[in-house]
Amino acid sequence: MYISGVPPATVTVLLFASYADAFGRPRVEVPLAARATVADLVTQLRDGHAADLPPRPLVAINQEYAAYDRVIEAGDEIALIPPVAGG
Amino acid sequence: MASTLSPALPTVPHPQHPAPNGDGVHSDAGLEDGRDRLPPLSREEVLRYSRHLILPDVGLEGQQRLKAARVLLIGAGGLGSPAALYLAAAGVGALGLVDFDVVDVTNLQRQVLHGTSDVGRPKLESAAKRIADINPHVHVERFETRLTSANALDIVRQFDVIVDGTDNFPTRYLVNDACVLAGRPNVYGSIFRFEGQASVFATPDGPCYRCLFREPPPPGLVPSCAEGGVLGVLPGLVGTIQATEAVKLILGIGETLIGRLLLVDALRMEFRTVTVRRDPACPACGTRELKALVDYEEFCGIRQAAAAASAESTLPEIAPRELAAKLARGDDFDLIDVREPYEYAVARIEGARLVPLATFREVLPTLNHSREIVVHCKSGIRSAHIVRLLQDAGFERVWNLAGGISRWTDDVDPEVPKY
Repeated sequence: MYISGVPPATVTVLLFASYADAFGRPRVEVPLAARATVADLVTQLRDGHAADLPPRPLVAINQEYAAYDRVIEAGDEIALIPPVAGG
Repeated sequence: MASTLSPALPTVPHPQHPAPNGDGVHSDAGLEDGRDRLPPLSREEVLRYSRHLILPDVGLEGQQRLKAARVLLIGAGGLGSPAALYLAAAGVGALGLVDFDVVDVTNLQRQVLHGTSDVGRPKLESAAKRIADINPHVHVERFETRLTSANALDIVRQFDVIVDGTDNFPTRYLVNDACVLAGRPNVYGSIFRFEGQASVFATPDGPCYRCLFREPPPPGLVPSCAEGGVLGVLPGLVGTIQATEAVKLILGIGETLIGRLLLVDALRMEFRTVTVRRDPACPACGTRELKALVDYEEFCGIRQAAAAASAESTLPEIAPRELAAKLARGDDFDLIDVREPYEYAVARIEGARLVPLATFREVLPTLNHSREIVVHCKSGIRSAHIVRLLQDAGFERVWNLAGGISRWTDDVDPEVPKY
């Protein structure tokens, strides 16, 4: 249970393709501070994975493109989408 | 109601579905040909396309639109194969194909346009032969060349819809920018192992590839199909999605993937779409500061990486034949294979110790500084990293096997399978 507007302690981030490979799993739980933004989340995820995750990866929240100043809310489904080139 | 059930050939246009890019971006293209100028269908074509003709959203006029349409397929590989097969079968009038490759036996696991008897022949030859067999009414236009900044705009401008089935980042950005500059929709698809993406970029209202992926990944970070592997069926899934979108753009029906990125996960069999939008700061389609095609190898850092690699070529190397001689003499040294266990299962050099790349740092403290060490992988790139790591750790007698186990097969032991 959480108070409306206050994000939960952790959020689930879906990882695709090379990002999932870099983290060794298709989803990660990330602890977030209250009012954390997409930029904060990416900074946290890059800690230890800076070589695999670019500074500004494509992020979607609830299946929609998310700007980096977007505040993450409780229950948001976050996805990090890497560029893929194979054909 | 009665009219939609009627088997009579619908000849009425579908005003609820206007043709794409009706704002004139395609003014020089076939999509906007006046209805009275649409090419007639022969008796044989009417029979061939009968399942289209009785579809209310296609009908006779739709089929004529397909016949008038010119679609460019960039790449006749994994994605281009199913796209070409279905677009030809559907009756697209002209299919342009850009590819400069020769059919390799490792292509056959997924590139269904080519057959076993085509190995060693140019892909465009086998593609044209196969398309002519599927539908002799399709006019195939061959561009047996690498798509470059010098030729891309000339080629792209000759077509109405572009299907991107290329296999590397520089060409992805090249195709995108050429489509933006020429005002042609870019039906995008790409694949990686078990996952794929598809969208429609570079339309008047939607985003382009650069809006989503402004910066290319550093070279070598994202493995290609050759390095990372790919499920053979996957390009079938994604390439047919691209063909579907191309047909919808030509017919002006349905809702295309403009403004949406489709993510396909074949392993979980999940399809998700993410809405995406034009980035006003995008240099290609936002600010339009990009006025001409650039050097995409440089943009993607490939040239710089190649220069750095040649500067590092001072790495100590041992040729496969020298290694074979050392093994035959019974020299006292360690041979370390840094590939993955599944690669080791396919092919290995007798006497090698398997230490996969990811576990190497754990094993490093157990290695003896005074011993001679030869490191190998598939082609010599991963092992070069390990040789450098060993040198940094103070090892002085370390060698990289030049060309990896691939060249070992070529030069020493043809019985070791190539993969």
